[in-house]
Amino acid sequence: MPLRVFVTNRSKPPRRKFLGLVVTAAASAATVSCGGSRRPWRFLSSDEALTLSAVSERIIPTDQYAGAAGAGVVAYIDRQLNGPYRRFRKIYRQGLMAIDSASAARFSRRFAELTAEQADQLLKELEAGKLPPAIWDPAQAKSFFNLVVAHTMQGFYGDPRHGGNTDAVSWRMLGVPPLPLRGRWKYERPPWA
Amino acid sequence: MGLRKVNAVVVGAGAGGGIVGKELAQAGLSVVLLERGKWYSAFDCRKDDLRNQRNSTLGNAFGPDDERDPRVVVDPSGRERIVRGSEGGYQNNAACVGGGTFSYGAMAWRYMEQDFRMRSVYGAVAGSTLEDWPISYDDLEPYYEKAEWEIGVSGDDTGNPFQSPRRKPLPMPPLAPTREHLILKPAALRLGLHPFDIPMLRNSVPYGGREPCMRCRWCVGFACEVDAKCGTHNTVIPKALATRNCELRTGAMAKEILTDERGRVTGVAYFDRDDRLQEQPADLVIVSGGAIESARLLLNSKSRLHPNGLGNRYDLVGRNLQGHTYAGANGLFEEAVYDDLGPGASIAICDYNHGNPGLVGGGLLANEFIRLPYQFVGQAPNHVPRWGKAHKDFMRHAYRRSIAIRGPAQEMPVFDSRVQADPAVKDYWDIPVARLSGGRHPHSIEVGNFLAAKAEAWLKEAGATYTWKSLPGPGLSAGQHQAGTCRMGKDPKISVVDPYCRVHGHDNLYVVDGSVHVTNGGFNPVLTIMAIAYYASAGLLRGWKGGGSS
Repeated sequence: MPLRVFVTNRSKPPRRKFLGLVVTAAASAATVSCGGSRRPWRFLSSDEALTLSAVSERIIPTDQYAGAAGAGVVAYIDRQLNGPYRRFRKIYRQGLMAIDSASAARFSRRFAELTAEQADQLLKELEAGKLPPAIWDPAQAKSFFNLVVAHTMQGFYGDPRHGGNTDAVSWRMLGVPPLPLRGRWKYERPPWA
Repeated sequence: MGLRKVNAVVVGAGAGGGIVGKELAQAGLSVVLLERGKWYSAFDCRKDDLRNQRNSTLGNAFGPDDERDPRVVVDPSGRERIVRGSEGGYQNNAACVGGGTFSYGAMAWRYMEQDFRMRSVYGAVAGSTLEDWPISYDDLEPYYEKAEWEIGVSGDDTGNPFQSPRRKPLPMPPLAPTREHLILKPAALRLGLHPFDIPMLRNSVPYGGREPCMRCRWCVGFACEVDAKCGTHNTVIPKALATRNCELRTGAMAKEILTDERGRVTGVAYFDRDDRLQEQPADLVIVSGGAIESARLLLNSKSRLHPNGLGNRYDLVGRNLQGHTYAGANGLFEEAVYDDLGPGASIAICDYNHGNPGLVGGGLLANEFIRLPYQFVGQAPNHVPRWGKAHKDFMRHAYRRSIAIRGPAQEMPVFDSRVQADPAVKDYWDIPVARLSGGRHPHSIEVGNFLAAKAEAWLKEAGATYTWKSLPGPGLSAGQHQAGTCRMGKDPKISVVDPYCRVHGHDNLYVVDGSVHVTNGGFNPVLTIMAIAYYASAGLLRGWKGGGSS
């Protein structure tokens, strides 16, 4: 019985890169989620995912290699918010809303629509605890930003099995060979190998 | 209730308990080995870099459980918080058959002769309970040898002139050197240091019926896929079971040690894997849960005659909790130094373990185990921003071009760094949890800073174009090297167990694990824990006169 479940989890829908990477990742996550929900994510709303993707992309920007958005960091975080990071759900909900509120107050736009310079400026204020207290408690804002930095790094540099690091992009960037196909791994062939 | 009385019940199937269980079972005693965790195997090697014992970002791979086994941590300002097993500050060691030895990095150090008499060598240290051990290196030497040959150690320490004398060489040769090793060795020699191959509890050739290391990069913190790491789970515990005198019960959480109306120990109460409370009567009780859990069990074993817990007449159980003050440096090189050859750690020096001007003790220095990508994220030097393009560039540039050297500075024991049974917080089984408080002695930090400077000098000599230090903080350290909470001594007023690990004032209660260490050496402690387990077993068996009636 466990083997059956395992095989089902491994089979992935074909990837279609027609609407950008975030949407692609969202679509594949949608097919995995159960219960008939129409939301593409398991915990995040589409708006939250868009903001989080933009924040993570500033933490690890795209260059000749994918950045956090292209590497599925949002998929990683969304999945963990349904698992070991369930305890961070509340702060994610509040934090992402605060970032968009701050962005609207300052630039009259959503965070995802800011230029790179504007976005970095806002995140640096968040990091330094200088967000206007009317929007969110600065200390909480700071700890939320630290959390997002850590989770983004995990999603980008961590093992692809957790939903991020799509196609082991960070490992290829660092020049680390993917997991060796030895012993039992021949039964659990990673999708990029 | 209803369980058949046995000669001995051992609580905890780790480095200490596994060996005691096997020694007693081979001598013909009936033994029950209780382990709260599971019995994993090589098949449980998941190579998951976010969920293992070294990096528990998404949880511990081999326990303890995040939900069931909380602890309370009190920071130096007195603020207390409840921490889960995979969080920082928990001071975790794996909870499974084999204990830490199932997933460790497996360095196999003998302490040096001076490590057993720190007080005599260096004198008193203000603010520290630094003491001599009641036993010497010579007492333990035959048992170090036994551990090296029975569990299995590879390496070559013939190039280490500082080690105390050994009678027999290590049973296995070292693994072939890594690129880091080949860069660091000539540099050390140029500095007049004495580099050599780290002794490791890891097969370099077939040994004990198991395969040699296949040199993958998922080593410290992971189960070994080919079972090349030598722990108690794949050596002595199977041997103990093969005698048919030993029964291993997993999922068994000890609640308290039972005593009769005269205060004599009669067995152990524990929750079995189905959470049913069981009482296992025994002639002998051996506590081997690690420095934190062993102290917790003694403190939770209260009765009319032992109102503060067993062995705790002088309020000593749980005190002097210590680990190691890790420090070192990273160096950046022009060429790639990464060769993807596990375990990574390969070369060490013991030049700075003792005799450092103005310092008490010191520690070994060794190149670090392979840093998996996410682990490397936090190792950037201070001038690199924590996020943004500059951090990504640093990762890309430095990952394959850096070497890390680290060393465990010997800690000055602190009386108020301690384990208590928390008065309010209970675990899943309603047992009071361990409450950890205290911090490092300032001199431990000084020694750590000294080691970091020496590590930096070594990297510079090796050709590093840029180096940066990793310095210790003031917080409590215990973790996988936890020790000291039931220190060994002749005087019951300043120690918990006698030189054979028997709890003072009891004829049938023993503590056999890192708890009994008076000081913890400037070395990874596991081989010493193993040697003491053999030594204590021998002492116990010499005095064994057969079990009483049930």
